[in-house]
Amino acid sequence: MSSPFRNSFLPRALPSLHAGRGRGWVRLSKRRFASLAHPPLAPPLQGGGFIALAFLLALAGCDREQRDMNGQPKAETAAFVPRGDPRSAEYENNAFHIAQGQKWFGWFNCSGCHFHGGGGMGPPLMDDQWRYGGRMEDIVASILYGRPNGMPDWRNKITEQQAWELAAYVKSLSAHPRQDALSARADEMSNTEPQTLQERQKVVPETKAQPSGEEN
Amino acid sequence: MRHACLRILRKPSIAAFMLLCSAFAAPLAAQHNGARPAAAASPPEDGQWTMPSRDYASTRYSGLNQITRSNVRNLKLAFTFDTLNRKGHEAAPIVVGNMMYLTTPYPNHVWALDLSKGGRAVWVFRPHPAPASQGIACCDVVNRGAMYANGRLFFTTLDGEVFAIDAKSGHQVWRNKIGDISKGETITMSPLVAEGKVLVGNSGGEMGVRGWLAALDAGTGRLAWKAYSTGPDKDVLIGPSFKPYYASDRGADLGVHTWPAEAWKIGGGTVWGWISYDPQLKMIYYGTGNPGPWNAQQRPGDNKWTTGVFARDIATGQARWFYQSSPHDLFDHDDINEQVLLDMPIHGRMTPVLVRPGRNGYMYVIDRRTGQVYSAEAYGFINSMDGVDLATGRVRMVKEKAPKEGRVIRNICPTASGVKDWNPSAFSPRTGLLYVPHENMCMDEGVFEANYIAGTPYVGADVKMYAGPGGHRGVFTAWDPVRAKPVWEIKESLPLWSGALATGGDVVFYGTMDGWFKAIDASAAGGGRLLWQVRLDSGIISQPVSYRGPDGRQYVAVVTGVGGWAGAIVSAQLDPRDPTAALGMVNAMRDLPGRTKPGGTLYVFALPK
Ligand code: HEC
Repeated sequence: MSSPFRNSFLPRALPSLHAGRGRGWVRLSKRRFASLAHPPLAPPLQGGGFIALAFLLALAGCDREQRDMNGQPKAETAAFVPRGDPRSAEYENNAFHIAQGQKWFGWFNCSGCHFHGGGGMGPPLMDDQWRYGGRMEDIVASILYGRPNGMPDWRNKITEQQAWELAAYVKSLSAHPRQDALSARADEMSNTEPQTLQERQKVVPETKAQPSGEEN
Repeated sequence: MRHACLRILRKPSIAAFMLLCSAFAAPLAAQHNGARPAAAASPPEDGQWTMPSRDYASTRYSGLNQITRSNVRNLKLAFTFDTLNRKGHEAAPIVVGNMMYLTTPYPNHVWALDLSKGGRAVWVFRPHPAPASQGIACCDVVNRGAMYANGRLFFTTLDGEVFAIDAKSGHQVWRNKIGDISKGETITMSPLVAEGKVLVGNSGGEMGVRGWLAALDAGTGRLAWKAYSTGPDKDVLIGPSFKPYYASDRGADLGVHTWPAEAWKIGGGTVWGWISYDPQLKMIYYGTGNPGPWNAQQRPGDNKWTTGVFARDIATGQARWFYQSSPHDLFDHDDINEQVLLDMPIHGRMTPVLVRPGRNGYMYVIDRRTGQVYSAEAYGFINSMDGVDLATGRVRMVKEKAPKEGRVIRNICPTASGVKDWNPSAFSPRTGLLYVPHENMCMDEGVFEANYIAGTPYVGADVKMYAGPGGHRGVFTAWDPVRAKPVWEIKESLPLWSGALATGGDVVFYGTMDGWFKAIDASAAGGGRLLWQVRLDSGIISQPVSYRGPDGRQYVAVVTGVGGWAGAIVSAQLDPRDPTAALGMVNAMRDLPGRTKPGGTLYVFALPK
């Protein structure tokens, strides 16, 4: 980067993000996710097929571009990612994705609000309480669409893959992930222990981690 | 006391009377250092408490003296009021006539209580700030209180709005949104109203916002002037009347040139603390917050005009002088603490000064007219700095303690929260002492390159805090500003996050984070003797006040509700397993959840009838 300061939302030195933006990928995926606000119209997609469909949706959904992009989450537009997305299994407990997620967690300033899981401006992510659900899909939805009490939405700022990788890392903070999937290295300067050495909360049945207000 | 004696002495003098009088007056008067509040900024006692700082001089001193050192132990609860809010309560209750006004943390409700009816709620004003503001506030969703002037209450909301409401009816007079949460700006401070202007600044120094102080017209709410803390002189309102005392503050556009290119645009210097006003000089005094990001390697230069004090003309906002306590701040040492306006002897001459317990740990005595620093002595344990050079005004940094990218520097004292954070001290004209509630903590810090993403933190530091030497995390110090040294100290297990209150009965009050509300002997001779204490439902981080009730009695009021930066571990249920949580504060506060619980209740005490 020539100038160390960029007055935009883009972090410095993010080759993948820049490449993605160059190809218009982020824009397409944004539209695709906008469409997920209406689950019946948008069955879960993956692989190469989604680009084609996203393109169709993009054409069909041009008027959606009127939506507010100022980065403020709106309670009434809160979207969700349907349960049973096959990517859940793909990313959760995957050593590579967790490590990537750990990296993004610092790069995108998640750690500025959630620190290394203990919370600050944002709630703790390492405890067993979830305001909006602790399944992979819920976490991805929290990341992409934001949450009303101050969680920014990231849907036009990071790639979808990064969101799933972030979710894999977030989930690994609180759940009981396979030890061989965790990073034995702490990313930060200070004195947190590597994940493999971290004291874990007692196992709680998955049903406890339901978002409030939604049916089980 | 002195008054009564004088009256007696005017009568035909009797030796016995004289003896008696001198015997009473001696203990306090003999040691008096000559410091007194700036008269124009500290009107005589009227039994009210119309602004958090009590007066423009920011004395937080009530002249009421029914409650004394000998009877304070009889204090009884008069009434309580639950604010129904469980976040950190930092605000001072405001008392005007028969009414008391309480502002709560987000969602920033204002309660009006009728003191003639035992504190019954009369109305509540709900401003409905944007919920998203909660996630952008660095250190809990606090608010530091309202100010009353000319029949109106002025207060701010977390999402950056200023309100004027009718103090009688609770109806809105005007509102003006001056902060933008999408940039990370919030507002937590209490406005200062003077000369028809409402002064309010922004918070968000951890979010890469650009700091400013705005003056709104008290009648209409319209912007009168706005002074930025960084950038070109015209934005900072620096013009021909700017005459800083030290050479390092002179030059054109230092708010641009003391930064890497463009960095001043996201350079912090927010204004979220206290403002004092000298009606004689027509000058306001306030401090600017930390530069962003915390990682100082990303911003070589002095980073003007962050972490320093401004004196400005209230009518135009034009800067008169500036003093930078921490040039090129390394440790998040926001300079937003209170400035107490005193007149006191300097080299034998009464001099108008401001006394400010700096966040970096030095007690500054600065000439109100010129910005010259007369003394800057440490009032707590410091190992990252080595005194202030009074010739240049510059603080001497200890090289080994400067954070560097790629490693962790250990045992830096004080912490980012400083020897003292926002919680204000009180000054008693009777003792001439300043009562300072503060901290004794150290930290490990590792810095790394921070990314700027609008509306997210711009910090670049991992921090872990813990108790300083001696193991106690808090100190309550009685400080002699003239002799520039402590008179006595009280060690507290937890850091002190509440303000102090001084009273005419020579009793000072403060609260602890585990809910003890304490009354201390104010005198130098008393040595900080504890006179009375009571355990309340939640930790205290607010500002106690004293007033005369409709029945003529003296009351002392304090609001509980632990939270704030140090108390967020309780109010936001942060996880103590992460030592870096809440900017490293959680590590120092692991025991707090076992010692108190969230709360939000006003307690009012008085002597039995
Ligand atoms: C500006 C501060 C901020 C930033 C930056 C931030 N968050 Fe959040 N986050 C919050 C707040 C505040 C909430 C709670 C929102 C609410 O309750 O409505 C939250 C909620 C969440 C939740 C839901 C938690 C639950 O209990 O359901 C997840 C997951 C999350 N954030 C992950 C992330 C990730 C991953 C990133 C980085 C891409 C990130 N956050 C960046 C402030 C932030």
